[in-house]
Amino acid sequence: MNLAAPGLQQPNPQLDAQGNLRHFLTLDGLDRALLTDILDRTEGFLSVARQPVKKVPLCRGKVIANLFFENSTRTRTTFELAAKRLSADVLNLNISTSATAKGETLLDTLRNLEAMHVDMFVVRHADSGAAHFIASHAAPHVSVINAGDGCHAHPTQGMLDMFTIRQHKGDIAGLKVAIVGDILHSRVARSQISALNTLGAAEVRVIAPRTLIPTCAAEALGVEVFHDLREGVTDCDVIIMLRLQRERMTGGFLPSEHEYFLLFGLTEKRLTTAKPDAIVMHPGPINRGVEIDSEVADGPRSVILEQVSNGLAVRMAIMSTCIGTQYLAGQGAERDRPHD
Amino acid sequence: MTEPSPQRLSVLAARVIDPASGHDGIADLHLADGRILAIGPAPADFQPEQRIDANGLLAIPGLVDLCARLRQPGLEQKATIRSETRAAASAGITTLCCPPDTQPVVDTPAVAQLIHQIAETNGYARVVPAGSLTQNLAGEQISEMAALARAGCPVLSHADRPIRNTRVQRRALEYAATFGLTCFLHPADAALSEGGLVHEGRVSTRLGLPGIPEASETVAVARDLALAEQTGARIHFRGLSTARATEMLAEARARGVQVTADVSAHQLFLTEDDIGTFNANALVLPPLRTEADRKALRAAVAAGVISAICSDHQPHEPDAKLDPFPQTSPGISTLETLLPLVLRLVEEQLLPLHDALACVTSHAADILGLPFGRLQPGAPADFCLLAPEQRWTLTPERMQSQGKNTPFLGQTLQGQVSMTFLGGRLVFKDERDGAS
Repeated sequence: MNLAAPGLQQPNPQLDAQGNLRHFLTLDGLDRALLTDILDRTEGFLSVARQPVKKVPLCRGKVIANLFFENSTRTRTTFELAAKRLSADVLNLNISTSATAKGETLLDTLRNLEAMHVDMFVVRHADSGAAHFIASHAAPHVSVINAGDGCHAHPTQGMLDMFTIRQHKGDIAGLKVAIVGDILHSRVARSQISALNTLGAAEVRVIAPRTLIPTCAAEALGVEVFHDLREGVTDCDVIIMLRLQRERMTGGFLPSEHEYFLLFGLTEKRLTTAKPDAIVMHPGPINRGVEIDSEVADGPRSVILEQVSNGLAVRMAIMSTCIGTQYLAGQGAERDRPHD
Repeated sequence: MTEPSPQRLSVLAARVIDPASGHDGIADLHLADGRILAIGPAPADFQPEQRIDANGLLAIPGLVDLCARLRQPGLEQKATIRSETRAAASAGITTLCCPPDTQPVVDTPAVAQLIHQIAETNGYARVVPAGSLTQNLAGEQISEMAALARAGCPVLSHADRPIRNTRVQRRALEYAATFGLTCFLHPADAALSEGGLVHEGRVSTRLGLPGIPEASETVAVARDLALAEQTGARIHFRGLSTARATEMLAEARARGVQVTADVSAHQLFLTEDDIGTFNANALVLPPLRTEADRKALRAAVAAGVISAICSDHQPHEPDAKLDPFPQTSPGISTLETLLPLVLRLVEEQLLPLHDALACVTSHAADILGLPFGRLQPGAPADFCLLAPEQRWTLTPERMQSQGKNTPFLGQTLQGQVSMTFLGGRLVFKDERDGAS
């Protein structure tokens, strides 16, 4: 008998009592229908960028606070822009000069922001589980979106990658996808793998030296493990390269960037075993000549810049799903989504 | 609360269980001057000042806990010797061995004597500090072990901090062997466990948490067994967590190495899966491991390879667990679940009641080299009366410990301590609702 209440059997902390999405913390535990719904909603937001007035009123009157405890330019600005396009009021907190840096606890920081009637926290943090922690202590009307926590999850990046794949391949079901690089430390990879498996990818492969593959990867993540790039990308529809953080060289995971590129860097030559119409992705920022050759990064198969463009629409879709008003079909009225 | 206790006392019609001798039967227990005078008929001319009707209750030796952090001196915001010995008394525990990682560290006689003094003045249980193997637990210079032993440290320990330098470890064991002192060792390789939080496996991979591999424990066990053989030291592995380590332990014991081991009670019930979605109350060191490890630990207890079960009590203030998972402090408040969990092993038919109780009484006392954990004439009258069938729910309000940090909150447990005696003195009497 297991005496303690196992967390795996608890209700999904991301859903409210009605089963609606309240928090967006991880792609684990979200079903195919919900992920597909987000991707469908994203389609609708793509056109907003092409409108003369690039705004929709779905989050009008809402306050969204960007809490970035880790440096980020791309993700933070994308979230900020997405919130503004949804007509929300946006707070950007500079954590390095905030009360937290002066010793205030994270919970006290949250309580103070909640007192300002913030409706949503967008959280990036160096610790795995930080977004879950904040969500578990947030007031009932507050939603939390995980913008990356430690090595755990980066669910919005995972969704924008799924959207990009769907744009090019029509459907994720049945695809063979290879993810190359530092799987061990990659929150992006974990989210991508979770989404790919939920959305019915035929095969998800991870390719890296053993030092960058987590223990029990096949069992825990549902992937096939390869240590040879050429073999791993064979017959793949999608190849996702991951950024190699330079501290991995000093951490004893790799001998040198040179050897890594020789063995695992993506070049046109190594792409020849993949499907002819395979696309190449990268969550950015890219290290040219370390994990990917410029010829590939700037080549016809690369959809790297499209990923960036899609990030805005995906985040709008997710934010509005959590806290946006819903247009009631046939009634022309807006209504707040109730949170218990 | 403690209350003035009679010099002479008879406990009537209890089921007296003494795991050390194998005694098990309905009998009277007669105490005088803090010791057990007789079990069975009262000696001629014995006139008790008080009689206690213990019909329907078990009388068992007071539990001996090999590892409980009481947080004093230095971390009184978490707990105090007074608060935790009270909790211990309420759970039938009468002897607590606290590791040396207090502030200051137990590396001088003064700190050891301070702990003894506070315990004797305020305590509801005996407290024996483990002396530090090295000065300030720094792993560099061995401590004055002889002086620590004279100051009342029955064993030496390095808390949960591995000694990095194998040469220092060797010298520490060698020097301890000079005085016949047992060394408590936390089997973890410093480099392999550095930065790790949870077992390196499925859950660490899924949650993106840094892992502590099984090899961290097995490498340390191999090293320490080799050093024990080299030095002739008597070592005790404090808190095994892996199946492979239990195999290595069994093999070494069969070879005649002077080695014993214990396991934390929660390791026999919880696995890595209980971390769930970043449950900070399941963050412990050594980490909760796999179901296979849990089963192997239980088998090792049943076979007597692991001879003691301890609480590994680590009370924390609420704030210590109110942070993102990696920022929270490891440890569970476990004094009050130790006996119920041991009784559950019996209920689950892992081992007989006698053997289970021996793991928390006589075997543990033997590892400390102390004359406790026994119900025999002449032994200190440390015992508790227990209602074995009584069920109760663990709630923060009910917990006596200052630390409420436990994954067992809300669980229904079985086995309620009715009274606890320390040296013949009543230190706990259950007066809660539903008490017998």
